[in-house]
Amino acid sequence: MRGSHRLALFFLFPSLIFVGVFTLYPIFESFRLSFYRTILTLPWLGQKMVGWENYADLWTDPVAVQSLKTTIIFVAVTIPLELLLGLGMALVMNEVFRGRGLLRAVVLVPWAIPTVVSSQMWRFIFNDRYGLFNVVLFGADTARYTAPLAEPGPALMAIMAAEVWKTTPFAGLIILAGLQTIPDELYESASIDGAGAWQKFRHVTLPLIRPALLLALLFRSIDALRVFDLVFVMTQGGPADATNVLQFYGYKKTFAEGMIGYGSAVAVGVFFISLALSLTYLRLLRESRLEGATR
Amino acid sequence: MKRSAALWIFSFGIGLYCLLPFLWFVLTSFKNETELTAIPPTLIPSFHLSFYQSALEKHGLLKYIANSAIVAGAATLITIVIGSLAAYAMARMQLAWTKFYMLALLAISMFPQIAIAGPVWTILNRIDWLNTYQGLVSAYIALTLPLATWILTTFFREVPPEIEEAALIDGCSRLQALRRVVLPLAMPGMLTAALLVFIYDWNEFFFALIIMTSPNVQTLPVGIALFPGEYTMPWGDIAAASTMATLPLIALTLLFQRGIVRGLSAGAVKG
Repeated sequence: MRGSHRLALFFLFPSLIFVGVFTLYPIFESFRLSFYRTILTLPWLGQKMVGWENYADLWTDPVAVQSLKTTIIFVAVTIPLELLLGLGMALVMNEVFRGRGLLRAVVLVPWAIPTVVSSQMWRFIFNDRYGLFNVVLFGADTARYTAPLAEPGPALMAIMAAEVWKTTPFAGLIILAGLQTIPDELYESASIDGAGAWQKFRHVTLPLIRPALLLALLFRSIDALRVFDLVFVMTQGGPADATNVLQFYGYKKTFAEGMIGYGSAVAVGVFFISLALSLTYLRLLRESRLEGATR
Repeated sequence: MKRSAALWIFSFGIGLYCLLPFLWFVLTSFKNETELTAIPPTLIPSFHLSFYQSALEKHGLLKYIANSAIVAGAATLITIVIGSLAAYAMARMQLAWTKFYMLALLAISMFPQIAIAGPVWTILNRIDWLNTYQGLVSAYIALTLPLATWILTTFFREVPPEIEEAALIDGCSRLQALRRVVLPLAMPGMLTAALLVFIYDWNEFFFALIIMTSPNVQTLPVGIALFPGEYTMPWGDIAAASTMATLPLIALTLLFQRGIVRGLSAGAVKG
């Protein structure tokens, strides 16, 4: 069944309006604004075209560079952990046993919790006086209680722990969907050929869930790149900008300081990093699918 | 026997990992001031409701819940209607540019929020829609349309075209065929999409924060993130508010567990 162009346009029209006004136009507008100097608190300056100046400033702005590094560390540490833990969860959830349904339900709990709530929850867990973190580590020995969120290194680690906790189930479910597409016969014939559990995992499971793994990698990386809620609630980017990730920096420049032009340059930067990453993954994904098709 | 024992141990570990941190917060919400500030902390509370009372009365939690319900409810409803129309075109009229639109939607869903936040704020400011329900709802519709359209398209494609062709021959228009034939058959899929969109809207923080600056219209995540504390953080009240914001969501999730898992992986495996 094929439809005419007019009919398709009729069905797509409302969708096009919303997407056009609230996502497509804004992205182009951000591009445009990134070449201007506009400061909300100094409206008399108007909009002045400054060319690449905002980008040049960005390059020499130590906080921006630091923020880029922090974001890269955040993504590079959380994603492998999420995929590894998610793979473990998926392997358990894929087995047939009593209570599997319950397990699949329980895993959805961290996913369903609003990020703001899980941020407050982890902020409380890492509290220097009443937090579970200190109780677990030091018991009643209150003299040794620490305040992880008040020190640069530990604060970043705390935020990464909170991120991994909340998003691992999502990675696990995507990988589980991949595991479920593997036909049992493959494992049976591998058994007949005398393959052990590890060999089956290495030579049957892993190659066949490669697309699912890449997909989880894609979705999770894109999402981790735009981490915001955790930072806003747990540390406000501090201490000493140690957790000031890109999206939070852009938010602060644009909405707290009113530096529209400069903030837009940050936004465009985040956009291109995210775009480059997704294009790379999509290419890997297509290659692995083609491989799967010709095998 | 050995295998099932190992599976139980692993399952128990995963369960503990997923539930323990939140359980600790829920237990905290049932403490009283003395138990909360005890050092080292009291593990099992004596189940007081004073923090719930304070969250509801002093911090006006009901207002935030109502705002969230209105915004998420309206946004979900409109998104599903608009998304269904679009998904129908995607599933049935496979023209070159509808396929391109599908990919464009996928790309849009990957935009970092900050890349569009400034201009979205400016648009809403210009039409005086900041601090209004319709302002945040409009932004949410645009943000969730990619997700909704992708999931709905997957489910619409599973409805056999023959049934619909019969309806068209009987004199139904395309819109009638969609409403009377495809939608009823794709109902489970629509519910799943609606649920995922609702959860997204209920939990969304970034746009709620920049669009809703007046406390009267703020949604739950904003209320919980900006919980006021004069000298010390009111952890008990925050825990109570968080529990109330989350439990309905967990209930919904567990109730529709199968559908959600399918919805999450629908785009993933086929896309």
